[in-house]
Amino acid sequence: MRAAHFCASCGRVQPPAPVDYFTFFGLPPKLNLDVAVLEKDFYELSRKLHPDLNARAGSQEQEWSLEQSSLLNDAYRTLRDPIKRTQYLLRLEGIELEEQSKAATEQARSTGELKKQIVPPDLLEEVFELNMQLEELRMNKKVGDDDPNLAKEIGAHKTALEAKHDALLKELEECWTDWDSCIVRNHGSKAPAEERATITAKMVDVLNRRNYIRNLVRDVNAVLED
Amino acid sequence: MSSDHIVGIDLGTTNSLVAFMQGETPVVIPGDDGSNLVPSVVALDEDNQAIIGNSARRYLIETPERAVYSIKRLMGRGIEDIQQELKLFPFRLAEDLQPGEVLRIKLGNHTSTPPEISALILRQLKRNAERYFGVPVSKAVITVPAYFNDAQRQATKDAGRIAGLEVLRLVNEPTAASLAYGLDKKQNGIIAVYDLGGGTFDISILKLHDGIFEVIATNGDTHLGGDDIDNRLITIALDDIRGDLDLDLRRNAEAVQTIRKAVIEAKIALSSLPSVKLDIELPQGKRYRREITREQFEQLIQPIIDRTVGPCRQAMKDANLKPEQIDEVVLVGGSTRIPKVRALVKEMFRREPHTDLNPDEVVALGAAVQANILAGGSEATENMLLLDVTPLSLGIEVAGGVTDKIILRNSTIPASATQFYTTQIDGQANVAIHVLQGERELAKDCRSLARFDLKGIPPMAAGIPRVEVKFLIDANGILNVSAREQRSGKQAEIQVQPSYGLTDEQVEGMILDSFDNAEEDFRKRQLIEARNETETILAALQKGKKSPAWGHLTSDEKKQIAKMERALAEVNKEDDYQAIRKAIDALNQGTTRLAELMMDTAVSSALKGKTMDETDLGEGPTAPHPMAKAEFE
Repeated sequence: MRAAHFCASCGRVQPPAPVDYFTFFGLPPKLNLDVAVLEKDFYELSRKLHPDLNARAGSQEQEWSLEQSSLLNDAYRTLRDPIKRTQYLLRLEGIELEEQSKAATEQARSTGELKKQIVPPDLLEEVFELNMQLEELRMNKKVGDDDPNLAKEIGAHKTALEAKHDALLKELEECWTDWDSCIVRNHGSKAPAEERATITAKMVDVLNRRNYIRNLVRDVNAVLED
Repeated sequence: MSSDHIVGIDLGTTNSLVAFMQGETPVVIPGDDGSNLVPSVVALDEDNQAIIGNSARRYLIETPERAVYSIKRLMGRGIEDIQQELKLFPFRLAEDLQPGEVLRIKLGNHTSTPPEISALILRQLKRNAERYFGVPVSKAVITVPAYFNDAQRQATKDAGRIAGLEVLRLVNEPTAASLAYGLDKKQNGIIAVYDLGGGTFDISILKLHDGIFEVIATNGDTHLGGDDIDNRLITIALDDIRGDLDLDLRRNAEAVQTIRKAVIEAKIALSSLPSVKLDIELPQGKRYRREITREQFEQLIQPIIDRTVGPCRQAMKDANLKPEQIDEVVLVGGSTRIPKVRALVKEMFRREPHTDLNPDEVVALGAAVQANILAGGSEATENMLLLDVTPLSLGIEVAGGVTDKIILRNSTIPASATQFYTTQIDGQANVAIHVLQGERELAKDCRSLARFDLKGIPPMAAGIPRVEVKFLIDANGILNVSAREQRSGKQAEIQVQPSYGLTDEQVEGMILDSFDNAEEDFRKRQLIEARNETETILAALQKGKKSPAWGHLTSDEKKQIAKMERALAEVNKEDDYQAIRKAIDALNQGTTRLAELMMDTAVSSALKGKTMDETDLGEGPTAPHPMAKAEFE
C-alpha cells in the first residue's frame, strides 16, 4: 500500500507521512526490484507531486508539494541504484555502512594514522603485485619513460578486478534473493532478528569487498589517465 | 487568466528577452524599438535617469563611466572572485569594497549592486510586456545558467524582486531551450543541449519521456562565452596598436569600447565571410587597420572553445552515456553561430547539431513554456513536466577543513538531506555550520554558500542535544535550511549569513516600485505612452492627407477618418489611457486602406530603376535566423 500522498477524492497534495522509501512507493522492503516499474511510478508520482504542477495551490499545499517531491526524488535516487538500495536497507536494519567508513576516516585523520584497509584475503597477492606495478608506472611517468608491457600488465589486472567486481554484484544479488524470500516467508511481518542478521552480515561483507575493489579500480584508472 | 500574465524572461549576459505563450505558441515580446532583443546594457543619463537596452549603447562609447554591460558576470560574486574579470572588463567598483561583501558598481555618481543593475533590465522587460498586454505584469519565470551556484541564483531572484516581479521559478537555460524544442517534437529519447552564450557555457543531457523532461546530468562554466572571444580580440588589437602605432590605449575607456564594437562586428562577420578588414579610427588621428582571416580567427579562439570539451565529457560520464547513445544535440546561445564551434560539437557528439530555432530566442521561448506550465498548462503543454538537477554538490565543512558532501551533483531537485548535530561542551547553546557548494575535497576549495548559527539549544550536557538540520534544495536550485532540536522538540533558530548575498532587508530597501505605487505608476506610464502614440498617429495622418493616396479614398472614407480623428483628439485631453488606446485602435483600423495605398505608391517608387538583385539583402550562413546584433549602434 502506497502512502497517501494526495487526497483520494480531491487529488490535492497531502503532508508527507514519515515513511521509509519503500513504503513511499508502496513497495515491500524487498531488494529485487524492477527498475523500469519504479521509473514509471516515479514519473507518475512526479506528475502529481512536483511543485511546478502545484504552483497555483495555497501556500500550505505548495510547501507539502515541495517536501513530498523532495522525498520522492530522494527515494527514487536511492532505490533505483542497486548499491544505494542495499545500503539503505541495511540502514533500516540499523547498520550504518557509510557512517562506519566516515568514522574510520575521521579517526585516521585525527590520529594521523593511515586508515586501515582490510584487504580481502583472496586478493592479497594480486593487490601486492598491482601496487608495485602502479608505483613503477608512476615513477616511469615522472621521468618520461614509457613501458608498454607494464601498462599492458596493469590493464590485465584491471580487467581481472572488474570481473571480480561483477562477480561480487552477482553475489550481492544472491543475498537479495535470500533477503526477499525471508520477507515473503514471514508475510511482511518482521522476520526473526537472527535470520535477518545472518543475511545482512553477508551483505555487509560483500559490499565491503566490492568497495575495496571499486577503489582499487579507481586508483588504477587515475594512474593510467594521469 | 488574461489578467494574470506570467512571462518568461531570459536575463542574458549580452541580450535579454521577454516572451509569453500566445495561445499554443511561445512568442517573444518586442520592445518599443521593435527589437526582440534588449541589449543587457544599463546607462545613467545626465539627469541620472536609467537608460536600458539599445538606447544605452551609445553611452558605452560616449560616457563609458556612466554605462555598464555584462553585469551577469558579477551576479552573486565577491571582489576576490572577480580579479580576472577586472582585467578585461571596464567594471568600476566602489573603492571601499570588503572581501565577502556584495559588489557595488559605480555608474556616474551612483553605486549599485549587480542585482539592482539587473533589476533595471528586468523592469524594462516588464514594461515592454505591460505595453504589449495593456495590463500590469507582476509574475515571471527567469532563466539562469544551469551551472549557476546558489549565490548566483539568489542574486537573480533578488533582482526580480527589486524589479517588482514575483519570480515563480528560476529555470536553467539549457533546460528551458529543450522545452521550446520539445514543444513541437513530442518524442522520446536522449538529447544534449550545448549552450554557449555571451558569458556562460552550459551542457545539459536530458531524457525525454512522454512529456517529462528529465535532466540526467549538467555541467558548465559560468565564465566562458562570447565575451572571452571579444576580450581576446581586443587584447590583440591593443597590443598591435601599442607595438605598431606606439599608442597605449589600455586605460582609454572610450577607445577600448570603440575597438570592442569593431571586433564584435568582425567576429560576427567571420561566421559568414572568409576574412574581414578591421579599420578603426583612433585618438591622435591614427588608424588601426588589419585583416583577419577566418583561419586566424579560428586559431585564436581554439583555446577558448576547447574549454567546453571538459564539461561535455564530464556530463556524459555522469550520465553514464557514450556519444553514440545521444539521439540529438541542440545548439543554444549566440556563440554557437561560429562555424568552428559547430564543428567542435559535431566532432564531440558525432552528429550534426540542430539549429532549427533561433539560438538567441530559444531560451526565452522555453521560459514562456515553463510559465505556461506553472499557470496550469494548456493543450500545448499538457503532460509537460521538467525534472531538473542541482549542478553542484552541496556539502558541510567537517573536522580538518574537509567537505562532507550531503547532496551530490546531478541529484533531481527538489532534493533534501538531513544531518544531526550535537554540542561539544556542557551547556553549549550555539552550533556553527558552514555550508559549501562544489566538488573538491577541501572546504577551502569549495564555494562558501553560507554560515548558519544554530541558536537557542536548550542547556544540556555535551553530546546530549540532537539537532536535526534539514537541507532542502528547492525547484529553483536554491538552498533552504531548517533545524529542530529533537530532545526538547524546540525549533532551533537559524541565522543565515549568506557569503555573497543581500539580506532580505537590503532587498526590501532596493525595490524599485514599491507595491503601493505599482498600479499608479503603471497608469501614469501607460498614459504617457498612449499620448505619445496619439501624437505619432496624428502626425502620420497629416502626412497621409498630403500623399497622393489620400485622393484615392472615397468621400465617405474621408468623413469617417475625420470623425475618428476628432474623437481621438478629444479623448486625448482626458487621463483615461484605456479610452485613448481604444480611439487609437479605431483610427488605426479606419486608416488601414489609406496606409495600404500609401505603401503601394511608396513601394512602386522605391523599386523604380532598381533590379531585384539590388533590393535583395542576401543570406548569411544562418539564413533562418537574423544575425545577432553587434553591441553598439
